[in-house]
Amino acid sequence: MIKKVSTVLVAVAIATLGAVGSAQAARTDITVGMQLEPPNLDPTAGAAAAIDEVVYANVFEGLTRFGADGSVKPALAKSWEISEDGLTYSFKLQSGITFHDGSAFNAEDVRFSLNRSRAEKSTNAQKQLFASIDTIKVADPETVVITLSAPNGALLFNLAWGDAIVMSPDTFDKAKTAPIGTGPFKFSRWVQGDRIELVKNPDYWGTPAKLDKAVFKFISEPTAAYAALMAGDVDAFPVYPAPENLAQFEADARFNVVVGSTEGETILSTNNKQAPFDNKLVRQALAHAINRQEIIDGAMFGYGTPIGTHFAPHHPVYKDFTANSAYDPAKAKALLKEAGFENGFKTTLKLPPPSYARRGGEIIAAQLRQVGIETEISNLEWAQWLEQVFRGKDFGLTIVSHTEPMDIGIYAKPDYYFQYDNKDFQQLMSDLTLETDDAKRAEMLQQAQGIIADDYVNGYLFQLAKTGVANADVVGLWENSPTQANDLTEVYWAK
Amino acid sequence: MIRYLARRLLSLALTLLVASVVIFLIIEVVPGDTASLMLGVNADEETRLALREELGLDVSKPVRYFNWVSGMLTGDFGISYTYRTPVSEMIADRMMVSFPLALYALALSTLIAFPAGIIAATKRGSFSDVSIMGVTQLGVAIPNFWFAMILVTIFAIKLRWFSAGGFPGWEVGFFAGLKSLTLPAFALALPQASILARVMRSSLLDTLGEDFIRTARAKGLSARQALWGHALRNALIPVLTIIGLQFSFLLAGAIIIENIFFLPGLGRMIFQAITQRDLIVVESVVMLLVFAVVAVTFLVDVAYAVVDPRLRRRV
Repeated sequence: MIKKVSTVLVAVAIATLGAVGSAQAARTDITVGMQLEPPNLDPTAGAAAAIDEVVYANVFEGLTRFGADGSVKPALAKSWEISEDGLTYSFKLQSGITFHDGSAFNAEDVRFSLNRSRAEKSTNAQKQLFASIDTIKVADPETVVITLSAPNGALLFNLAWGDAIVMSPDTFDKAKTAPIGTGPFKFSRWVQGDRIELVKNPDYWGTPAKLDKAVFKFISEPTAAYAALMAGDVDAFPVYPAPENLAQFEADARFNVVVGSTEGETILSTNNKQAPFDNKLVRQALAHAINRQEIIDGAMFGYGTPIGTHFAPHHPVYKDFTANSAYDPAKAKALLKEAGFENGFKTTLKLPPPSYARRGGEIIAAQLRQVGIETEISNLEWAQWLEQVFRGKDFGLTIVSHTEPMDIGIYAKPDYYFQYDNKDFQQLMSDLTLETDDAKRAEMLQQAQGIIADDYVNGYLFQLAKTGVANADVVGLWENSPTQANDLTEVYWAK
Repeated sequence: MIRYLARRLLSLALTLLVASVVIFLIIEVVPGDTASLMLGVNADEETRLALREELGLDVSKPVRYFNWVSGMLTGDFGISYTYRTPVSEMIADRMMVSFPLALYALALSTLIAFPAGIIAATKRGSFSDVSIMGVTQLGVAIPNFWFAMILVTIFAIKLRWFSAGGFPGWEVGFFAGLKSLTLPAFALALPQASILARVMRSSLLDTLGEDFIRTARAKGLSARQALWGHALRNALIPVLTIIGLQFSFLLAGAIIIENIFFLPGLGRMIFQAITQRDLIVVESVVMLLVFAVVAVTFLVDVAYAVVDPRLRRRV
């Protein structure tokens, strides 16, 4: 008995010493703050950015993936071959991959997942990503062959989205609450309303994660986010919700403020079918009435890059069209006069909840008043915005950030909420889809940027910045946000 | 007595029925579609309809109402549209935070208010009375979210005695859980304690002026004996009523405090559910709160009848 007790004591002593010892070493866990809690954890079942922000690259992987710089990289597929006609893609898969529940991964899982997302009754929020796929065949357990109905230069890019991740047919129905993927982290638990915990996957097929544990904590109040960082309850807030106190963090040596870019083109969306915005002169006047820098300074505390078209400035084929719609109130007034609105007009400005819209909206309203355009502002919740503006198309103007990467294609949908209907542009977009030559694609994308800038479809304001705050010792967090994700695979503590 | 109880029960059932119709109608007219919220701005109409079908939103409103009510009778509150988990489980989880928080705040407020109210009443006009009244005046006036932020700044950011918020879960340990609820409970308790202390004081002053206290003093009881033996018990009736009201307020009304301390409580869940148009969750939680209030009223009615025989005969 005594021997037993002493063994226990020794064990306790060793454990305590161990704990003290490891306290000196670098930490291997991280707590990441997020403003919104994901509604579920299945990236194929909803558009909520918060889903991908937890599971993308951490828990779930697809055939390809986005790198930190936005490039498309191999993931579950280690290589691929594209047929001469651009219609057949054969993907060679990594070998020795297992799902987190221990079951083996093979080509059948890929076929199942992609077919599920593009099925007739699919509720995948980005179903259009799979539109060009004709058949998916399993050549052997490590080879998947995708045949397209028409060439699609964006297929590899499309497959990198969180909405195209691969799940097992045995566990996909549990993904909403207990996801089982192939990634470097395993889902551990979800305390709804509070946090989600991930642990390192020791059997990961690729380079293992450096962290042992990752916790995502949900803090919706900006003041609470500030307090949580200051009190050390969270180690990083990659999308920090209160730009007004970033300066305070910058001045504090314990923190690192990281300002990067996102895929969010923030635009003054204009109802192209509603009078007077069906008149191009009016839209052009609108564009010249807007002072972008004033909006960036006033609404975003200086964070944001002016844009002149619907394209991300950090993208290699971006073309700067801001001069096309430079701030010039006198010209705006002249254009309004030419259009027959010498005395201005009245319209609606419907604003969704984010601060870029609410704060930006007031500044824009003041700027438009300078040229004689009166706006009636109404603040809407997202649910109302989607109902009235997005689906009902009952608006004159609205401000929204389009956060999907490479989404210039929305201008080719005439029934999309801003209702831009230009046959040439639509033709260009369908040609672009069929084009697989990168140089030609770049040229076409620039042409597309020019068309919408010259047509003044919407008021192009700025590219939303990603303003993050993290403990100064945390290394490896994404600076930019090529897709809405918090890839923790390469994150570690410097000390 | 049985007839009285039967009538009370019938009125309880009718109240719940009417409440369920009103709640359903009011909440269902709120504009916005949970399916389009979930799918965002890239999905087409076909996908939206498929999701509505999957969520069971394609059936008519009367059928949905009937399913909801009949489900609740068997304890099944349905499945949350956004979280896809049973609403009853979600409510149970959140109650594990909200209920203890409300109790904790109520205990704090009572512990502060009783002595304060008694001292103020017995030493009427003294320095302690004036200062207690002054402080409680301030306590009623200060918004509790502001007080909460002050608490966070001092105890979490500067002194680092507490976390700025969050709830580790009871399985980590009772005291760890209690510790994380301490700042929010104080923030909630301050205005409640101030109100309660003022009610306590005025109620006690009223009672101390009653004839039976004079009689008790005339019989030879000291002021202290009269206070503890007679006045306090009688003064407690309005105080207990206020405590009862405060509890239901604390349970459902902690939305702002739960947001400031990012606690996974009932208030924050309702708030989230409303913005996400997860109507079944909103309806069920509101219904549950109505049930709680109605059930408490029923129990109070029963208790009155037990204590006071006159009531039984009158009804």
